[in-house]
Amino acid sequence: MLTLTCPYCGIKSDETELSPGGQAHLVRPDVESDDEAFESYLFLRPNPKGVHFERWRHSSGCGKWFHAARCTMTLEVFGTYSAQTSEPPEHIIATLDERRPNWRQVPE
Amino acid sequence: MSARLDAIGHRIDRSKPLYFSFNGKRLKGYEGDTLASALLANDQMLVGRSFKYHRPRGIVTSGPEEPNALFNLGEGGTFEPNARATTVRLSEGLAVRSQNHWPSLEFDVGAINARLSRFLPAGFYYKMFIHPRPFWKHIYEPFIRQSAGLGKAPVDRDADRYEHAYAHTDVLVVGGGIAGLHAARLAASAGADVMLVEQSNDLGGRSIVDLASLDGNAPGDWVAETARALTSMPNVTVKTATVASGIYDHGYVLAEETLPASNGPRHRLLRVRTKSAIVATGAIERPLSFAGNDLPGVMLASAVRDYLLDYGVSVGDRTVIVANNDDAYRTALALIDAGLSVPAIIDARSDGAGSLGDEARARGIRIETGSAIAKVKGTKRVESVSICHQAGEGAVIDDISCDCVAMSGGWSPAVHLWSHCGGKLLWNDGAVAFEPGPSRPPTGANGTQNVFAAGLSVASPADCLTSAHDAALAACKALNIDPSSVSAPSVEAETTQPTSAVWTMPHGAGPDLREKMWLDFQNDVKVSDVQLAAQEGFESVEHVKRYTTLGMATDQGKLSNINGLAILSKELDKPIPDVGTTTFRPPYQPLTMGSIGGEARAHLFQPIRHTPLHGWHDENGVMWEPVGHWRRPYAFLQNAETVEEAVAREVRTVRSSVGLLDASTLGKLIVKGPDAGKFLDLIYTNMMSTLKVGRCRYGLMCSENGFLMDDGVVARLAEDTFLCHTTSGGADRIHAHLEEWLQTEWWDLKAWVLNATEQYAQIAVVGPKARKVLEALGGLDVSREALPFMGWVEGSLAGLPVRIFRISFSGELSYEIAVPANLGHALWSRLMDAGQAHGISPYGTEALHIMRAEKGFIMIGDETDGTVTPQDLGLHWAISKKKEDFIGKRGQMRSHMMAEDRWRLVGLETVDGSVLPDGAYATGAGQTENGQRKMIGRVTSTYLSPTLERGIAMGLVEHGPERMGEILEFPKIGGESVRAKIVDPVFYDPEGKRQDV
Repeated sequence: MLTLTCPYCGIKSDETELSPGGQAHLVRPDVESDDEAFESYLFLRPNPKGVHFERWRHSSGCGKWFHAARCTMTLEVFGTYSAQTSEPPEHIIATLDERRPNWRQVPE
Repeated sequence: MSARLDAIGHRIDRSKPLYFSFNGKRLKGYEGDTLASALLANDQMLVGRSFKYHRPRGIVTSGPEEPNALFNLGEGGTFEPNARATTVRLSEGLAVRSQNHWPSLEFDVGAINARLSRFLPAGFYYKMFIHPRPFWKHIYEPFIRQSAGLGKAPVDRDADRYEHAYAHTDVLVVGGGIAGLHAARLAASAGADVMLVEQSNDLGGRSIVDLASLDGNAPGDWVAETARALTSMPNVTVKTATVASGIYDHGYVLAEETLPASNGPRHRLLRVRTKSAIVATGAIERPLSFAGNDLPGVMLASAVRDYLLDYGVSVGDRTVIVANNDDAYRTALALIDAGLSVPAIIDARSDGAGSLGDEARARGIRIETGSAIAKVKGTKRVESVSICHQAGEGAVIDDISCDCVAMSGGWSPAVHLWSHCGGKLLWNDGAVAFEPGPSRPPTGANGTQNVFAAGLSVASPADCLTSAHDAALAACKALNIDPSSVSAPSVEAETTQPTSAVWTMPHGAGPDLREKMWLDFQNDVKVSDVQLAAQEGFESVEHVKRYTTLGMATDQGKLSNINGLAILSKELDKPIPDVGTTTFRPPYQPLTMGSIGGEARAHLFQPIRHTPLHGWHDENGVMWEPVGHWRRPYAFLQNAETVEEAVAREVRTVRSSVGLLDASTLGKLIVKGPDAGKFLDLIYTNMMSTLKVGRCRYGLMCSENGFLMDDGVVARLAEDTFLCHTTSGGADRIHAHLEEWLQTEWWDLKAWVLNATEQYAQIAVVGPKARKVLEALGGLDVSREALPFMGWVEGSLAGLPVRIFRISFSGELSYEIAVPANLGHALWSRLMDAGQAHGISPYGTEALHIMRAEKGFIMIGDETDGTVTPQDLGLHWAISKKKEDFIGKRGQMRSHMMAEDRWRLVGLETVDGSVLPDGAYATGAGQTENGQRKMIGRVTSTYLSPTLERGIAMGLVEHGPERMGEILEFPKIGGESVRAKIVDPVFYDPEGKRQDV
């Protein structure tokens, strides 16, 4: 059972207080998008073994959505941050560069 | 025979006898006994029958790895199946019954399977029960179900209580042996918060039985002194009779504590969050594979020693020791010291043992090195053994008469908890065991090691203590605290000879012997079964496990997994590390369902939500229906009427006069802010921003896929404020949906959402006399002009502050009145009083459903199932064409969402007037590619309409709206069919005159 710190209320939360929301930073295609782009947005997720940016909601707490950067294999947490952003913030990137220098390479 | 001896047995208190019953027979034990030791003290060697062949079985171990001694405990409300005798503490009056035999333990009919064992090899069930196919359902499956399972499932409600407790700690030490005790003391002295859990009732582990001294004193003294030091520290919690069952993500540990018999809970499930865990779980002895190793009287050498020294029980008078390691010699010495006879030590190693071997020789024990047991003889228990050369094929050299065989195939570290959360294992050839691999430890949330192994290697006691010392230092370092200077106790050195890898005995045993060598005692998996699996092409250890059921018994392979995979490795000609182990998964030891449930049972299992009118309903003949966490009235029963009669009466009352519905469960979300309209335009399929203050509009919400997910009436309360009604079950889900989009996609919008569902009681006053009832209450003009259909007003009704919505889900004149929750009961009572003159009646959800179906109104969850679009339901009018975007718009443009052969909503009218079965499918011409009849539609809602006095239904049908008047066939369960005509879904008042008056 994971623990993640909610960046809004600062509470270190057990997974039972949280609801998962899948991959973060998806870009919602507009109405004119082609079928392939829309299908990819709706259904296709990479499911990496390694660094993953994901959405969580502190649903049994303050109710806020936030993002977490986490390793799907070791469950190491690199940080949590506001959901109101379209890309990981600098301090998360810096942590990843330090702890997982090759994190941008998509593992097989 | 097995018996209780005088004078020895440090765990039992002979001044406190306890009486218990075994299969109805009254037996005596002592305080401190386990059920297993008490049974052996009463010469109860035969304890059960094996799962497949029903072979007689005896106790094999003295710990939680016990495969055979499983019993039904207690009766009625305290009944518990599959309890391990080796871990059950004896208590006064305990009622014990053996299991998996018929008619009795001594004479078991199923034992015929043992005679047939040649015909019941690995995979027998898979091979045998395939053909002929039709036999599966009526012959094979019932037979297999009959013979499956060990204990009986309890029948009565559990009379015991259970609880959960939460703990947070810096260091959790699992295991109260010398490694765990030392590690705990070191970390605690350094200032860490420490919790130590030990599965048995006593601390000290094997040291008290096995070691000569610790720090120059009796091991028991060191253990007692360390325990005293630990319990006197305020930062330490020590729990015995507590089994850590799993280590999970980020230092989460579950442990089950068994509490002494009292009025309190029976088990306490500890839910521990620890920064570091030290796993000091010791090791489990392995059996040896020789022919007849499953006979009662063949026991692990350590268990023979434990029963003797811990409980003063001799398993036999003449015990033959058979081993591949030095440790088993301790058993021989202990037996001799107790005045019992050890006819021989059979050591598979040609060099024999180290200093323990010298001691044994000095006491005159016959030691046969390079030797093996060719066969154990006996029927229901050991009578003698035949010995042979380990290197040979089993030619008998000598027969030795004995009544007990103490075997030791070496020790396997209990690495389960290390492995649960990602710790990797390394094969140590010298120790003949898997050990924790230091390069790949389990890690925590910050990416650093959070589980440390203490003494999880087959090493000398001194090495074990060094390892525990290092583990505690590492845990302190991880916590950033300076370690204390507590040093490990000293132990007397022994010279030992290494354990040898002995996987079958003798090495060259032929098929006759191999099919009598048991690996998994409970599931009857033999050496020959694993070999057969390998020959048949099973190479993965995970596949062999499932094919042979090796390691699938209740001990989950604790005893024999390593033996099994060593046999597999030999058969596949691959080294053991390449074959690998099966995955260790929690729980380490089974938890009771009671522990897992804790306090969450009966009325505490799930909270029930009450509307403000719940109490009134309860006193007025309500029949409840669960709706989400709510209870809603299904119908109100008067006098002696049936449910069907009540529902019909309620419908007729509403249609002809007036009825009252508790609509408080409807979701009420307030959306407020300068961008509220803009936000709702994105959420709903229709335009909400153009709604005028004082007006209501029915709206639809879709998922991003384009499927309909919720519906309800939206009222504009002010320029910047909307009240969105959701379905009863949907309030929380839709609230979350709105928050998700607002917080994660359109966070630039200035809009806020509040779930006000429970703030209001909402009462629908419905029927042609509804206006008269409201007029009688007075205070508000509720005329058609002042409050038209789909309008709302705020004011005072009967002196109560109300908001009244002119909305209708029944097709009748209808007012939905919201009042603050605390006034709900007052309003309801006044409405009931004012309605007396018109024969007013409360009505429930079934009448509500029937009336909405008569009107062709859809119900989320009936007409929708997550794969239905608004267009499928003919709700095009509620989908804005003007809006640039809304959730679901792009999804609905995908090709199959626009396909013209989608099933669409129609009304269905049976030709004979009967009621269509719910969920029935319409069959069309032809067959599918699977050779089944083609389905062309299904029933989504079906009722007997009291208004029309016939069955009515709605359904989704391929090309439905274009097939008006066509007759479809709906096969029923049993073979008959019902014929129904496709009609308009609006059965009643199609012009909508009745609601707009």
